[in-house]
Amino acid sequence: MTTMTIAKAINEGLRATLTNNPRALLMGEDIGALGGVYRVTDGLIADFGADRVVDTPLAESGIIGTAIGLSLRGYQPVCEIQFDGFVFPGFNQITTQLAKMHSRSNGNLTVPVVIRIPYGGGIGSIEHHSESPEALFAHTAGLRIITPSNPHDAYWMIQQAVDCQDPVIVFEPKRRYWLKGEVDTQTPGASADPFKAHVLREGTDATVVVYGPLVPVALAAAEAAAEDGHSVEVIDLRSISPIDFDTVTASVQKTGRLIVAHEAPTFGGIGGEIAARISERAFHSLEAPVIRVGGFHMPYPVAKVEEDYLPDIDRILEALDRALAY
Amino acid sequence: MGATHLPSTEFDGTDMDDQLEAEAEAQLGAPPEPMVQLLGPDGSLGSDPVFSKYAEKLDPDALRGFYADMAKIRRFDVEATALQRQGQLALWVPLTGQEAAQIGSGRASQPQDYIFPTYREHGVALTRNVDLAELLRQFRGVSNGGWNPKDTNFHLYTLVLAAQTPHAVGYAMGIQRDQKLAAANAVDGGEPGQPEEPKAAVMVYFGDGASSEGDVHESMVFASSYQAPVVFFCQNNHWAISVPSSVQTRIPLANRAKGYGFPGIRVDGNDVIAVHAVTEWALEQAREGNGPVLIEAFTYRVGAHTTADDPTKYRGSDEESLWRAKDPLDRLEKYLRAEGLADDAFFEQVRADGDELAAYVRKTTHDLETPDIRTAFANTYVEAHPLVAEELAWFEEYSAGFADEETPAPAPATEARSAAAEPEITEAAN
Repeated sequence: MTTMTIAKAINEGLRATLTNNPRALLMGEDIGALGGVYRVTDGLIADFGADRVVDTPLAESGIIGTAIGLSLRGYQPVCEIQFDGFVFPGFNQITTQLAKMHSRSNGNLTVPVVIRIPYGGGIGSIEHHSESPEALFAHTAGLRIITPSNPHDAYWMIQQAVDCQDPVIVFEPKRRYWLKGEVDTQTPGASADPFKAHVLREGTDATVVVYGPLVPVALAAAEAAAEDGHSVEVIDLRSISPIDFDTVTASVQKTGRLIVAHEAPTFGGIGGEIAARISERAFHSLEAPVIRVGGFHMPYPVAKVEEDYLPDIDRILEALDRALAY
Repeated sequence: MGATHLPSTEFDGTDMDDQLEAEAEAQLGAPPEPMVQLLGPDGSLGSDPVFSKYAEKLDPDALRGFYADMAKIRRFDVEATALQRQGQLALWVPLTGQEAAQIGSGRASQPQDYIFPTYREHGVALTRNVDLAELLRQFRGVSNGGWNPKDTNFHLYTLVLAAQTPHAVGYAMGIQRDQKLAAANAVDGGEPGQPEEPKAAVMVYFGDGASSEGDVHESMVFASSYQAPVVFFCQNNHWAISVPSSVQTRIPLANRAKGYGFPGIRVDGNDVIAVHAVTEWALEQAREGNGPVLIEAFTYRVGAHTTADDPTKYRGSDEESLWRAKDPLDRLEKYLRAEGLADDAFFEQVRADGDELAAYVRKTTHDLETPDIRTAFANTYVEAHPLVAEELAWFEEYSAGFADEETPAPAPATEARSAAAEPEITEAAN
């Protein structure tokens, strides 16, 4: 067991991947000498060289498009997109090419490209640096989307993403990059399956489903609820595509109430998908409608008001109160 | 400056885009690169200080082969167009007029090279030994691909314009890394007695319309930055559906390469000998580690963009007539006959071979089987996926509900992965 931050855990996970997998390579803007704008790739170019830690031109479509070509040649590129809001110049390559290459080739071609995207708000940044576009990608068949919330998951999930033969987008909760935790670098343990949700806290009155940056918020909300006598179960979804509905369903069958919280806008978001599925799967177990907590239907607001935008402990507790009132 | 001030491709009998080139020279102060031409429209062979030596390597068999390929693919094009008109294909993308650009360049590639086409490269497919009937799968709506690119190193068609250009550069970057790894292994001792892998390059096709897409720019930046072994082959057929090439560019497209720092060559795209020579040179450059090359094949799409298009709405028949006078097949036939390299019997045989191919394509198109949607379930992901499994299970159960009706549920496709299907439900569907 070693204590490290999420950023360091991803760095170590990438180091392990580059060491163990000679076909893996990293690509992105400023990931070499600078070590990435968040220093997630710090020191890797010194150890693995510029052919494996590739500082690319400033061109997201070019990064992802050339990564697709490298993967067709048998390489396993890990692309870094500098910030969430800058992925859109590469959106075409991700959704029309990367996601569909295996399908349109009738299974003859695989494109195991990994795309790392620091996402989410709460860092006081400016426009295009705080967005949560995961639902836009989850809607596209052919992609897998995961998001770690702690260093142990971060260490293993990046390696599992590279090992996966499907394209994987790893949304990294940037405001948690400096969150410390214990990492077992010898064995993934419960993190062996990156597409399985984790029940982080057991409870009986309601289930709160969250992922990525909101996991600590939900845990704190559950703690506060406990002081008021409410037993709240907290699930870290970990995988946004596919979603581990079995774990969520089992929880709701126990608690009877479900709250889904994410930073992305509520409308058309992952929360709506979970609400719909759970109403199909566990309608008779539900004591209350599924309640969503998320961002508003607006472009991510300016940093000075982002605290009003981002779901916090109180917003989750307010949703819990509404669910318990039924 | 609005579009009305841009030079037109409606030329007046002078060379195709003299006007464009003159404007470029006037505005940029630099003369455009001359267009490489070896075989003129009259069938006479000219010379070029760089490329004639490549033409000299072509023996009579190779030249007759060029003609046979061009004639074959034109016949195929006619047949596919007819099949579309008869409702057998949803759409067809004709290539007539561009045979020399495609056969000349495709024949310059080596088996170890990897080719990324757009969607009109039927002639290139022929040179890569792709079964032409397989090209029709996509247009008949039974596949989004149709062939295994690994068999021929000829990638699937790409309908999103220019999206394949960065793929080509990435693939070329992979070749670079493979060569470095091979060299490192050789230094380490490697495996004695192993023949050295032939050096490979990548060639990527796109059109004058696609040249406006950002992906072309980004891929050229990447190719130049890493000196990737890639040849960009732009077929300037003058029309992006209804928009003329003058709206895509104010200078000859080949001249853009200078801005990226690699050679750009404009070649007469209706001259199969020159196209072959230029492409052979460019691929050699790439394979030998000298970086990318842009080739602009100056040609003309004689027919419609696709069978859904009506070129009479946006261009005059006089333009088409002028280009027909530059026909790539006619000029090679003139040369072959004048030099005594081919006789009536040869041309008769070529015609017969074309008819045979057309009959084969017609029959195989009719015989193309409609796939089972279970293959789509199976191929969405490589690894097992719970949502796909859940939806497939639902589909099987739903299909089984029709089992007693006259039309039986389709049999499960053999490709459908067992990991994604519940065995008892699959059985029920039978």
